[in-house]
Amino acid sequence: MTEALLVGTDLHKMYGTTPALRGSSLTVRAGEIVAVMGSSGSGKSTLLHCLAGIVRPDDGTVVYAGRLISSMTDVERSALRRRDFGFVFQFGQLVPELTCVENVALPLRLDGVRRKEAERRSREWLDRLEVGDVAGKLPGQISGGQGQRVAVARALVTEPKVVFADEPTGALDSLNGEKVMQLLGQAARDTGAAVVLVTHEPRVAAYADREVVVRDGASLDLERVA
Amino acid sequence: MSIGHSFLGLLEGKPRHGYDLKRAYDERFSPGRPLHHGQVYATLSRLLKNGLVVVDGLEPGEGPERKRYAVTDAGITDVQAWLSQPEKPEPYLQSVLYTKVVLALMTGRPADEILDVQRTEHLRLMREVTRRKTGGDLAEQLICDHALFHLEADLRWLELTAARLNELAARVRP
Repeated sequence: MTEALLVGTDLHKMYGTTPALRGSSLTVRAGEIVAVMGSSGSGKSTLLHCLAGIVRPDDGTVVYAGRLISSMTDVERSALRRRDFGFVFQFGQLVPELTCVENVALPLRLDGVRRKEAERRSREWLDRLEVGDVAGKLPGQISGGQGQRVAVARALVTEPKVVFADEPTGALDSLNGEKVMQLLGQAARDTGAAVVLVTHEPRVAAYADREVVVRDGASLDLERVA
Repeated sequence: MSIGHSFLGLLEGKPRHGYDLKRAYDERFSPGRPLHHGQVYATLSRLLKNGLVVVDGLEPGEGPERKRYAVTDAGITDVQAWLSQPEKPEPYLQSVLYTKVVLALMTGRPADEILDVQRTEHLRLMREVTRRKTGGDLAEQLICDHALFHLEADLRWLELTAARLNELAARVRP
């Protein structure tokens, strides 16, 4: 079995007096796609945010490649997110003032890659996601489905080890949603990236290798139940 | 699935041998679950008897599988009537799963585990169908979509039932 790359153990998180996570655990192995499912408010997005180092859990540990994320400084966590992680969200992720190729190039530029090289690599990713023709357009000039493919290109351009996708098809119709999932799944498999895919849609979860359900802030690996 | 009507429709395009019909049917309408030869010839015999197809040609010295069949005007009328008639929607009112859940609750067994095991099995099949769809042509994709939408409907029911187990338990427990 492939080694564990990212391990969240017994995670707890409260928002005010509301518990979002109550002892949730999840192990992600290198290169696998894991669907995290659950109803609204179950804690699945909070689990993703804790695993990705966006939110610090109140209790429990997150270990990535042998390093304890939950005790890193903010600067260390930011660097990790920029270099090793990629993100795809449901809405509002592209910078409206930048062209699509500039959006995709952004994580590379933030990491010190020169503009010409960053944009060359970004164009390759846009082509791979079958949206090479929108490279010079602004996000406001393209469709939702195209925008989401640009966002996937941006998540993958740094060739991250883990892609975190939170309802990546939630704002798309069935056909566009499926295309995004096919391309995301294929690109992740080509680059060996693991994907943590938060979704409430079974048809989206079916693109994953396995499923974990979050209920009332606790995660349940149903394949171990069966 | 009406094999006979499908054969008539396939024969409208051109006359075919039994083997050609089986291959066309398997490829287009039943990938992964090919017809048995016995089904093919039983269906063709019935269509012949009812005057919906005729033997259009016979290759000398060959067995019955070398007969070439053509659709008759009556056959075209029959397939037209079949296509025009809506299929009866499945009522899905006799559900084995529902029965299992209720029986589990009535007898004090953990109904949530039944739902979880079923959910896992449904998603396993959805993953399998999705892989098949991803590698398939448009026809295969549409067949897989039909299966996926039905499996998804079952999954939604499983989720809804899981959320209402306590309410259901209060009603069915003696």
